Amino acid sequence: MDTLIATDAHGHHGTPTGLKRFLFSTNHKDIGTLYIWLGAIGGVIAFLLSLGMRLELAYPGVQVFPFLAHILHGADADSAFDAGKNLYNMFITVHGVLMIFFMAMPILIGGFGNWFVPIMVGAPDMAFPRLNNVSFWLLVTALVLAVFSMFVEGAPGMKGFAGGWTFYPPLSGNAGTPGPSMDFVILALHAAGASSILGAINLITTIFNMRAPGMGLMKMPLFVWSLLVTAFLLVLVLPVLAGCVTMLLTDRNFGTSFYDPAGGGDLLLFQHLLWFFGHPEVYIIILPAFGVISQVISTFSKKPVFGYHGMVYAMLAIAVIGSVVWAHHMYTVNLSLTAQRYFVLATMVVGVPTGIKVFSWIATMWGGSISFRTPMIWAIGFIFVFTMGGVTGIVLSNAGADRQFHEGYYVVAHFHYTLSLGAVFGIFAGFYYWWPKMTGYLYNERLGNLNFWLMFIGVNIVFFPQHFLGLAGQPRRYIDYPDAYALWNLVSSIGMIPLTLAMLAWAYVMIESLAKKRPAGDNPWGEGATTLEWTLTSPPPFHQFLTPPAVPVIE
Amino acid sequence: MSKKTLACLYGKAFCCVIATLAASQSAFAQDETGRPTPGGIGLPAMATPAGHETQAFYNDVLLPIITIIPIFVLGLLFYVMWRFNEKSNPVASKYSHNHKLEVIWTIIPCLILIGMAFPSMHLLTTQVVVPEPSVTIKVTGNQWYWKYEYPKEQGGGFAFEQRMKPDSDLQPGELRMLAVDNEAVVPVGEVVKVQITSSDVIHAFGVPSFAVRMDAIPGRLNETWFKIEKEGVYYGECYFICGKDHAYMPIAIRAVSRPEYEKWLAEAKEKFASGEGAGPTARVAANQ
Repeated sequence: MDTLIATDAHGHHGTPTGLKRFLFSTNHKDIGTLYIWLGAIGGVIAFLLSLGMRLELAYPGVQVFPFLAHILHGADADSAFDAGKNLYNMFITVHGVLMIFFMAMPILIGGFGNWFVPIMVGAPDMAFPRLNNVSFWLLVTALVLAVFSMFVEGAPGMKGFAGGWTFYPPLSGNAGTPGPSMDFVILALHAAGASSILGAINLITTIFNMRAPGMGLMKMPLFVWSLLVTAFLLVLVLPVLAGCVTMLLTDRNFGTSFYDPAGGGDLLLFQHLLWFFGHPEVYIIILPAFGVISQVISTFSKKPVFGYHGMVYAMLAIAVIGSVVWAHHMYTVNLSLTAQRYFVLATMVVGVPTGIKVFSWIATMWGGSISFRTPMIWAIGFIFVFTMGGVTGIVLSNAGADRQFHEGYYVVAHFHYTLSLGAVFGIFAGFYYWWPKMTGYLYNERLGNLNFWLMFIGVNIVFFPQHFLGLAGQPRRYIDYPDAYALWNLVSSIGMIPLTLAMLAWAYVMIESLAKKRPAGDNPWGEGATTLEWTLTSPPPFHQFLTPPAVPVIE
Repeated sequence: MSKKTLACLYGKAFCCVIATLAASQSAFAQDETGRPTPGGIGLPAMATPAGHETQAFYNDVLLPIITIIPIFVLGLLFYVMWRFNEKSNPVASKYSHNHKLEVIWTIIPCLILIGMAFPSMHLLTTQVVVPEPSVTIKVTGNQWYWKYEYPKEQGGGFAFEQRMKPDSDLQPGELRMLAVDNEAVVPVGEVVKVQITSSDVIHAFGVPSFAVRMDAIPGRLNETWFKIEKEGVYYGECYFICGKDHAYMPIAIRAVSRPEYEKWLAEAKEKFASGEGAGPTARVAANQ
């Protein structure tokens, strides 16, 4: 199809430059780039935290964290052991918060979503460009607050909040964490939540109202669909999180007792509210990754995605069912038998639409003409490792089995397979797929493949043995463990070596690409790349589609 | 890569998996009950009826399913990469629908899940419905130790605290991070009901050999049960993050014969009623 390049019609002012361009940006591509930078920074910090954790867990006994507490907080010899134990719990907490709110969501939704949803629907920008800017800077505020919380008092005599990213009271209340650290975390969550709600409103409005003529909802790229469904989930569940943390804030500071049994409150209220948000949140993370995979598999198989309608309905089903299964995170609080039965059966159902997607991606490749460029090997890797994460999810959906695995390493293995291997592989697939479009330069294929293999080997060595640890009974969020768990902990920690090398390889891929400056051209991927971004220059003009484009015929 | 090489790779991968599964069977037969097996890759040996049923559900129902599905998907991926790569298949077909296939791959997973649901529901009932107990014990989680109360009506009328033995106090053969000062003794072969709560933050009472895991929540009394089949000591740990010493509050339950149990009850009443062995005053969080 014809390349359709809108001329940059900045008649009244030039393209902004420098600090002003990024501080005050109302351009979806620039804001997308800002989000990706934020996500990369959040991800690197969170990765370093996990490096510290796995270093500690490599051998039985506590070797690393008292020393870290001494360096970071100046803990003296007497208190270093205690401070170290608290610091470890703080590391696991911040690791979770950063990865979810400051790596996965910013990159997938704020980054790729902002960059490519307007382009893919043929729009010049998002519906509310200034709101887009607000969303980004709210997230930066949230990050600042979250980082700040690590350096003020939490538990008595300790720094930072150390109760896990799920921050259950009473540990997150005044009883467990009297210091202001938790209040900073709550404010960070308020800001991040607001950022996402506004961003979701922007996405929904853009997708519903600004599609080019001829692009019906059932003709949109699946990546756009994935962001639409994700946006609805965000709008539905983030207000519930907001209510949940606000009540914790008032319990802590204004004398209420929503979560205090002594005042007539209920600790389970917190858990229900948190997980009503928390379970859809994991679909919020993975659905955009599903969208990326659909685009990549289709492009490099040179075939339209198999069963487009089924894929759309599957995403809708995942979102709807995923909203009514939250208490599978609460199987051990002694819910009634009836309640547990319901949540088991409902949770199992989610496996069906997910399976439909996996089979549809394979069917897309079937009969195709597959080229194994870097984005594609990430996507194929995703299908395999996400399936592994998915099946352990089926195990955990059974309350009878979860009884044995709850808050143990089997759960840790499960969610890292779906996230560190699933969502992150989706992020890398999107990153390599769209890097040429965003920067205008090609990456080096061999380096990109090296990044993939180091990562694939690394994450599997880190996380597969954790299934064994969970089966054997090792609890999670433990700084140390009984000696019987030593072998697989050591193996898991050794996996951090290839994983760290993978991160370095990734950094080198970017540096090398920007230094060598090999031009990507409009479409480096060939006939399989049928969505609208491949009709634009690389990088695209500052404004595109000032007149709507002709909609590509995909099916 | 040539077709032959790829097929070879697939075959090798398949054999690796089968070999691992076969080798791991030996790990399923655990030698020591009540404590984790060093380097173990499977569930611990179980000592209660609920534990046996949980182990059977995982090993015989869940594990086969979750092993076959990823292998199947991997197999499909290998085939597709081998058969439909650019060199083998330069022209992509354009079909993107097959109604029959879509129905099949919706129905079959549904059938698998329905099949799984029956043993799942049965296991759930076994775990949740508490049979008539002969002994009831109240367990309270604290930062960072467990407290056990044995009711007067059952020959008790005392309470004691159970703390991890520090490394310096360990005797030869005792397990680091699991050995405790006061073990909780129960009669073997009888239904023991535990009522679980907390005095401060949320903890969780978990004993892997019993397939027991229950949150200890302040303001809430949870209950579960176990019936230990063999005499011995069974270790557990705290399974909910509760502060800096979350990893340092293990559980130890010793099952003895009925006569032995009665004897221990009498001794414990003396020992703990006098205040000795009740442990230092609990260190509660600052604001209480």
